[in-house]
Amino acid sequence: MASLNDYLFVSGLLFAIGLSGVIVRRNIIVIFMCLELMLAAASLTLVAFSRFNLSNGLPDYNGQVFVFFIITVAAAEVAVGLAIIVALYRARQTINVEDLTSMRG
Amino acid sequence: METLAFYLFAFLAVAGGILLVAFRNPVSSALSMVLSFVGLAGLFIGLNAYFVGIVQILVYAGAIMVLFIFIIMLLDLNDEKSIKLRSSSVVAGIVIPLLLVAQILGVIQTGYQGEPNDFKKITSDSMKKSAEYFVQVDEDKKALPRKEQSAIYKSLTHEISPKLPDTNLIGHTIFKSYNYPLQVMGALLLVATIGVVILSKRSNKQAPADS
Repeated sequence: MASLNDYLFVSGLLFAIGLSGVIVRRNIIVIFMCLELMLAAASLTLVAFSRFNLSNGLPDYNGQVFVFFIITVAAAEVAVGLAIIVALYRARQTINVEDLTSMRG
Repeated sequence: METLAFYLFAFLAVAGGILLVAFRNPVSSALSMVLSFVGLAGLFIGLNAYFVGIVQILVYAGAIMVLFIFIIMLLDLNDEKSIKLRSSSVVAGIVIPLLLVAQILGVIQTGYQGEPNDFKKITSDSMKKSAEYFVQVDEDKKALPRKEQSAIYKSLTHEISPKLPDTNLIGHTIFKSYNYPLQVMGALLLVATIGVVILSKRSNKQAPADS
């Protein structure tokens, strides 16, 4: 069976891919998807530690409850974020982050 | 077998993530995001977290992906080919994540020196042992059902096929230790719903008629 380090490495790799997407991409919807990928990578770490840290022979379910809450918050976040993106598109007719510079100092 | 499944699902997750960043078309990006999340759900199930894996698929592939695709189609985006990527941001987007991966590799190399970091197996014997402990803890609280009636106990000590009652144990943890956060989550979802409704209302009150 794969060890804890393998799972942590995969999680870190996914987080790094999501980060690179956030930095490189210019489309705000794709940036949002990359943020979701980073959240999911963090929850892989939580589940791996939950399985590794057995309490009384069972996995430590506190970690998995955190993952459950993360998924809930992510769902709410996607709904609100996409509503903001739609409102933004209505106002500006673009979702390219290069064109959205009104908050630049 | 388990190792093979780990590598398969890890490859799916990482390949989906790379395709998500690489595709120019947002719809293809959304579909590869789902590929990545299916791989992640496989990894969760490999870690005996069945409930979390299924919820991951239901919520991400079922709800969030549909929402993304719906918005992409609704906005009817132009092809992104016309947008030029700035070379400075491409370089930063490759160098900074590579630094992060190097750091993680360094931590993994030095973190567990000499200590075993394989997962301990959950066998039927170990489950029987933890069932005893579980009931001992629970019988102090009078409200819980007797040892023989408890679904968790029954499932852990089943003679023919003892199973890890993952969903029951998560429910037990949520409602016993995380009851207040659960209520806060409910309030959060309500607030998010109201916020989305208000945000997506068309604001055509620019010229009020009553004045």
